[in-house]
Amino acid sequence: MNFTFRRKRISGVLVVLPENERSFIEDMKNFNFPEARSLKLKEVMGFDKRRVVEPGVCVSDLAVFGLQHLFEQDLLKREEIDALLLVTQTADHFMPATSSLIQGRLGLKHDMLCLDINQACAGFVIGLIQAFMLLEQESVNKVVLVNADVLSRKASPKDRNIYPLIGDGAAITIIERDHEDTMIHASVKMDGSRAEALMIPAGGLRMPSTPETALLEDVGDNNLRAKDHVFMDGSAIFNFVQTEVPPLIEKLLARAGVSSAEVDYYLCHQPNRFMLEKLADKMKVPYARMPNNVVEHFGNNGSVTIPTVMAYNLRERLQREQLQVCLAAFGGGLAWSAMLLKLGKLAFNKIIEYN
Amino acid sequence: MKSVLEILKEIRPEFDFTASRDFITDGLLDSFDMVTLVAALDKNFGISIPGTDIVPENFQDLLTIEALLAKSGAKL
Repeated sequence: MNFTFRRKRISGVLVVLPENERSFIEDMKNFNFPEARSLKLKEVMGFDKRRVVEPGVCVSDLAVFGLQHLFEQDLLKREEIDALLLVTQTADHFMPATSSLIQGRLGLKHDMLCLDINQACAGFVIGLIQAFMLLEQESVNKVVLVNADVLSRKASPKDRNIYPLIGDGAAITIIERDHEDTMIHASVKMDGSRAEALMIPAGGLRMPSTPETALLEDVGDNNLRAKDHVFMDGSAIFNFVQTEVPPLIEKLLARAGVSSAEVDYYLCHQPNRFMLEKLADKMKVPYARMPNNVVEHFGNNGSVTIPTVMAYNLRERLQREQLQVCLAAFGGGLAWSAMLLKLGKLAFNKIIEYN
Repeated sequence: MKSVLEILKEIRPEFDFTASRDFITDGLLDSFDMVTLVAALDKNFGISIPGTDIVPENFQDLLTIEALLAKSGAKL
């Protein structure tokens, strides 16, 4: 599905990362694998440091911390927020919506929209699309998009498939109308028939959590995981990304009439370094124009990775100038998405630590 | 330049790859070993094996791996 938006812009990005850092070297002691094999994997995938929350910390805690920082620094005014969109897979509760909890804790005005969107790693682009659509309404002048996840709380420490790559965090992106006649193109595709490739089997109403669903099971390749934990079919996800993402981007660029050489940066979701290098090779994009270093410094924090790429790699540049960027986000659902936009002249673009 | 067999032995030194007809079903290579192997083959042969070709069928034995290398532009 294709989307086109005019006169919309991202005006600020704040990433909130937990202060608590874990290292792959530390984690690999939990795996039933020879150290030498784990170290080879570290080198290829880029696993190293990652940020995870302390026990008990929820998505709303990260979001409230970040928004309070913006209020205190006078980078955002409470009364300006007309819509608060939260993209997460790890809500505080089934009900109410976590975006409503955030609104309540911050004492935001009642004349606004709070909305939770259940999306995974494709959620930054999907959240932006929702924000741009809301800005078509005269009553909406500023949208706050919060992408946040604490998926480390649902990962088995004895599952080498997923544990060493998961990070936690939140990103707060401010979206508003642009005075310049800018054009933004986006594409999204979904395939729910492959939804089981990335899921948490138990804990919902289909399979409620019980003492049995909490038991660690041998799931092959020396990995132990419970049904309460997140499961990822790594090979299926890898193949999905390599097959579906390049044509989506090619078609998006063709529709916008922009050549690949005119794109300053491809800012992609950050599952691991190997997957992004293969994606860059397939698209014939130099690695320098498709940064892949988020997972090694912070872990894969779901839909927060793209704002993290922006704030970590292009902090000052995106405040100083405007760049032509192509965002590409892909993951659970399965969902894959891309967006071509001019990004820059941001009022803020930084990372802060949650403590 | 190392041979494919030498690279395989570096990744899983405990196995005899000449004695297996199917590295995957015999348990000599798992999905992470395939990734490690692809990274090593890319570096050794100066190529980039396409991500869409990183599937078990291409890593069953020495012949399928060599066929994949040839398809990816490696000079064997």
